[in-house]
Amino acid sequence: MAYSDKVLDHYENPRNVGSLDKSDPHVGTGMVGAPACGDVMKLQIKVNDSGIIEDAKFKTYGCGSAIASSSLVTEWLKGKSLDEAAQIKNSAIAEELALPPVKIHCSVLAEDAIKAAVADLKAKQTDKEVA
Amino acid sequence: MSVKTPIYLDYSATTPVDARVAEKMIPYLTEHFGNPASRSHSFGWVAEKAVENAREEVAKLVNADPREIIWTSGATESNNLAIKGAAHFYSGKGKHIITVQTEHKAVIDPVRELERLGFEATFLQPEPNGLVDIEKFKAAIRPDTVLASVMLVNNEIGVIQDIEAIGNLCREHGIIFHVDSAQATGKVAIDLEILPVDLMSFSAHKTYGPKGIGALYVRRKPRVRLEAQMHGGGHERGLRSGTLATHQIVGMGEAFRIAREEMELENARIRRLRDRLLNGLQEIDEVYVNGDLKQRVPHNLNISFNFVEGESLIMAVKDIAVSSGSACTSASLEPSYVLRALGRSDELAHSSIRFSIGRFTSEEDIDYTVALMKSKIGKLRELSPLWEMHLEGIDLSKVEWAAH
Repeated sequence: MAYSDKVLDHYENPRNVGSLDKSDPHVGTGMVGAPACGDVMKLQIKVNDSGIIEDAKFKTYGCGSAIASSSLVTEWLKGKSLDEAAQIKNSAIAEELALPPVKIHCSVLAEDAIKAAVADLKAKQTDKEVA
Repeated sequence: MSVKTPIYLDYSATTPVDARVAEKMIPYLTEHFGNPASRSHSFGWVAEKAVENAREEVAKLVNADPREIIWTSGATESNNLAIKGAAHFYSGKGKHIITVQTEHKAVIDPVRELERLGFEATFLQPEPNGLVDIEKFKAAIRPDTVLASVMLVNNEIGVIQDIEAIGNLCREHGIIFHVDSAQATGKVAIDLEILPVDLMSFSAHKTYGPKGIGALYVRRKPRVRLEAQMHGGGHERGLRSGTLATHQIVGMGEAFRIAREEMELENARIRRLRDRLLNGLQEIDEVYVNGDLKQRVPHNLNISFNFVEGESLIMAVKDIAVSSGSACTSASLEPSYVLRALGRSDELAHSSIRFSIGRFTSEEDIDYTVALMKSKIGKLRELSPLWEMHLEGIDLSKVEWAAH
């Protein structure tokens, strides 16, 4: 499979690998995919008091494109508000990494991971307000 | 440590032609170019003599009569000729065939083709160690079973089937027994005087000979009959027409001579290398050997690395030339059908690697490979959320995944 230089770069030097504290009320966690399908992404975001994402971490089980897609979005997420984050589209990820058509699903999964992480964080904050 | 990368550890895919073999082939391309079927001049006689010498060498490796060896273009053609040729010849006696799910595609697809033509087939599932249970084979035999095909050595996991026991059952029931030995020559001793086998396929290029040449053993006593699949000038006693490729045949003969003379020493050396590789890789957590370790050729190690994904694994180990249990070249992930037949999960089948060691593998190659695997598996697991969950003690089979 001929990967673009950007995919290879993210695969060789993945950015922001790691985990944040799941139980921290400022941390949202999104886990998408399934092992049997060949990819699982875990994406975590941490917001500051003004609702801006100040840190993002990922771990991905999957092919080179899946690793690169999740690595790339951790870079993009930092500095964004939750609403801005939720607007990141898979097409932008696929374009930036020049993913071949058979690997578009990796970018879709990365978009899903962002949405799941944002939803988790919003749910936590709503719980807090209710409490 | 100086090793040249990529390191070739894919000897089950193909082998380099041994320099001694290549040297012996060359004069038959330029100088002794005659057609072995030309009976009227010395060009033909020289070529014919070379072909018959080679036939003798192939026969000697497996203790057969040279008249029982038919030249073909390779093991795929031998399998096709044996399976389709015997099934059609004996179809008056019955139309049921027994084979195994883990056979090479060159056996499975001819059997599938026969199914389309009205034959019925049983594809036996092997045990989790890759071996065929004799009792299950016995239970599959029907009054109309005419043919059985079981490989001697599996190409993916290297396990050695009990051909003698299966052959005895076939004899008892009057079933023609074919054995694909493409992966076995030079690795396990084969004695066709003793083994109850009627048809056996061979390939040159898995045993340091050239590609494009193979042979089929066809037993004379008791005589086994076949319907030819290639019609023409009536070469090879009418079983396989086509001008003989003298230089290729000479190469196969020389390769099989070397195998006969050197296999004992070579296999001992290769076994030491395989054990060194296995011991090194077993220092990594969560690795699983696929297929029985004892009843197995020394050249093969097929091993799954849990919690890493197959394609990223192949990307990570590009310094070594190996085969993966995963055909991830497209969006559809297709795990190895051999590993699936052993009951391996998709994840473990995907993350498997077949290391196959050969004549030119060195100890340095093995040590480099072990070090590379340790570092790359470590790196990929560092990235893997599944590995993290495993370390937290989460049972991944109990997690509800959002399948996509």
